[in-house]
Amino acid sequence: MSQSLSLVVNQKTVTVEVDDPNMPLLYALRDELGFHGPKFGCGLGQCGACTVLLNGEALRSCLMPVSAVVGSSVTTLEGLAEGDALHPLQQAFIDEQAVQCGYCINGMIIQSAALLRRNPTPSDEQIRQELANNLCKCGTHVRILRAVKRASESMQGGQHV
Amino acid sequence: MFDISSSRRGFLKGGAVVVGFSLLPQAAQLLAQTGTQEKSVNLDQVDGFLAIDKTGQVTVFSGKVDLGTGVETALAQMAAEELDVAIERITIIQGDTALTPDQGTTYGSMSITNGGLQIRQAAATARQALIAKAAVRLKVGIDHLQVTNGVISTAPGAPGLSYGELVGGDQLNLPIATNVVLKDAMQYRSIGKSAARRDIPPKVTGDFTYMQDFKVPEMLHARVIRPPAMGATLISVDEASVKDIPGLLKVVREGNFLAVVGKTEWSAIQATKTLSASWTNWTGLPEQEKLWEHVRATPVTNTEVSSKLGDTGAALRSAHRTLKSTYDFAIHTHGSIGPSCAIAQFKDGDLTCWTASQGTHALRRQLAVMFKLDPKNVRAIYLEGAGCYGRNGHEDAAADAALLAKIMNKPVRVQWMRADEHGWDPKGPPTLIDMQAGFDADNHLTAWQSDFFVPDGKPGTVALIAADLSDMPHEDFISPGGVMGNSGIPYRFANILTQGHRLANTPFRPAWIRSPGRMQNTFANESFLDEIAAVEGIDPMTIRLKSIDPTDLRGAEVLQRLATISKWQAGAYPRPAGTDETVRGRGLAYVKYDLSKTYVAMVADVEVNRKTGKILARKFYVTHDCGLVINPDGTRNQIEGCIVQTLSRTLREELKFDQSTVTSRDWASYPILTFPEVPEIEIELIERPTEPPLGVGEIAAAVVCAAVGNAVFDATGVRLRSIPFTEAKVLAALGHTASTSV
Repeated sequence: MSQSLSLVVNQKTVTVEVDDPNMPLLYALRDELGFHGPKFGCGLGQCGACTVLLNGEALRSCLMPVSAVVGSSVTTLEGLAEGDALHPLQQAFIDEQAVQCGYCINGMIIQSAALLRRNPTPSDEQIRQELANNLCKCGTHVRILRAVKRASESMQGGQHV
Repeated sequence: MFDISSSRRGFLKGGAVVVGFSLLPQAAQLLAQTGTQEKSVNLDQVDGFLAIDKTGQVTVFSGKVDLGTGVETALAQMAAEELDVAIERITIIQGDTALTPDQGTTYGSMSITNGGLQIRQAAATARQALIAKAAVRLKVGIDHLQVTNGVISTAPGAPGLSYGELVGGDQLNLPIATNVVLKDAMQYRSIGKSAARRDIPPKVTGDFTYMQDFKVPEMLHARVIRPPAMGATLISVDEASVKDIPGLLKVVREGNFLAVVGKTEWSAIQATKTLSASWTNWTGLPEQEKLWEHVRATPVTNTEVSSKLGDTGAALRSAHRTLKSTYDFAIHTHGSIGPSCAIAQFKDGDLTCWTASQGTHALRRQLAVMFKLDPKNVRAIYLEGAGCYGRNGHEDAAADAALLAKIMNKPVRVQWMRADEHGWDPKGPPTLIDMQAGFDADNHLTAWQSDFFVPDGKPGTVALIAADLSDMPHEDFISPGGVMGNSGIPYRFANILTQGHRLANTPFRPAWIRSPGRMQNTFANESFLDEIAAVEGIDPMTIRLKSIDPTDLRGAEVLQRLATISKWQAGAYPRPAGTDETVRGRGLAYVKYDLSKTYVAMVADVEVNRKTGKILARKFYVTHDCGLVINPDGTRNQIEGCIVQTLSRTLREELKFDQSTVTSRDWASYPILTFPEVPEIEIELIERPTEPPLGVGEIAAAVVCAAVGNAVFDATGVRLRSIPFTEAKVLAALGHTASTSV
């Protein structure tokens, strides 16, 4: 029996029809709502490719039942920019060319956004620890670390969620 | 917005066509429906590679594809250079069998070297012909004409003719002049610059369409259910076990091929968990703990000598002292972060497949064989997937999707789950290498012998799982890739013998993973040279500089410049090992890739915790000479990737299995390197703009294992000869040394 759920995604209220309220949020975002930022990587919460922000905290959307986020605010990679202005992390990843295949980059940016929200001036070690459960197989780590540091520095004095 | 009607007309009348990258899927879908036989895909025709529309927009058709390496941007730079147009005016269409020439599979670091050269030649031919055409119309000699961003005139800003006007919406109708003069290095404007990668902005905003993001109308979602034991036979399926799953449409069984198809991804995923099926038992795999005995006992089909100098057998027999070591390298999986995915559709008997395959033309031929179709009735269209480091599961997902699309008579998307990817992608085969050296009474090396135990096989394609399981036509041979590469050594010794003992089989379906064979072979060669250095009492840099082929000046320069940037200290070797809990060391490795390509040398600085056995690589220094560099920052990005990815393979990665199947089915059971362990990397790129480009993508990967192993020896005095260098192996090696002081 299909049911209708009301979600807040990227500050807009949207409705999804689901057969199973236990379906992970990831499939609602990707297949029902057309947000391709979050990626399917493992479905096990091990790699971080599917990460979204839930009320500002990083969340593995491949495990969280869609019905459990009703009433919460979900932000995907598509919702980070403010109008035409990229989020400082997005800009820093471009500036550092911190992408190879880019499949993990959604998770890297979203996880780092959660970190910078909590701690706007993380040390190199804190960045490494924050990203310890986000996997990259291309070996882009060195650039990713530089990009997060750069974003943190560019945000000093500025205001950004 | 993309103007479908004009593009369609363009194709139908055989004229030039331009499609925007982000709109490629829609265009590709449309073209699949309209037929595109008029677009040349000939390797010897300019139209095969290039189209210029009336507005001067350029489309490059590349058979080589961007696997996340940035090659799309580099190819655009090369075309922009030869055409003298701004890079922004160039769109690249990749790996569409109906539109792009068959430039061979994207592997072996050859996209720029070979693929880029063909595109440069096509572009240079077009430029030359258009200048000749302009000379006639402008009534001036060709020597008086120049090109400024696609406009031909006597001087920048002077009245002239644009490429768009000259081509007039037609095809170019020119054979590629393979002797065409390419632009002189002194004139480069685009080549050699760190152009920003064009794919990165959409990748950081979520706008990029990966294979996994692509959709077609009326598409169904499928998941495959592989045999629980790899060689098991399907006995029965209880379809009633999944009848209550909303949205599930069909359980498909073809021989041992089992899949579920639904309206939604979730319906198919639930069905894979719920479906009750009965399979036979099968225990055809060797015991993991006896893997190396198994490899050694595998029948040898032939022995292939890759280099021979002097009489190694005699030299070893008469040696004053000999040294023998055996190296082994574990089975690896590709571990792409995005599991394989494909969409296929049958329409009027024609098969169209959207795929992240590294070789769409080869896949097209395989699918044609599988479905008994003429290849012209099969079209494979490339869409970038997650990082591809060789022949992973994408081709198999394509075959899964094609088989299901035929049965369902609708487009079907197959997305492998994580366990499918780890369990069923082709593996880097286990590699065993015996090394021998002979020395005279003064401890000088007199003979070198390497014996590589590697799978036999034919080059080309890897059999498709769906064809195998459903007993449809497929290859009956294995194809491990060019695993004899880097078996020969870039050094001159009096007696050298390197040979591969090609094995009749290997436990898992093999294929190539980044630096296939070369990584394993270089690990053994460059570690063993360090063992020799320790016997001779010469430090690792000095023995390499002393032994390198004296005509190989570029190789020597790579080593010398590495000595400078790493502040290498020559001297007695080995150095006394430290006795603290944490000890530090540095190791060196060098290779001239395939003895004909890029030169790379690397120093690794590591720490070893003697109590826990944990190795932490702190810093890598790299010198890298690949000749002409198209995009320096892109090259650095690839070198960094080679190092971090291979450090993961060196320290962590090992496929685990029981006698029925792979037991490393997720990231917990197949751990990879994570951020806390990422090293610092310092690279010196040696750019040689007047030399040919020699390749970048996988070169630096080949030397990482030996550099790390040699550094561990420097730190601890123990030699690690088995990849991965796990904590347990380090502790065992340290314990062995303490008790027997080898």
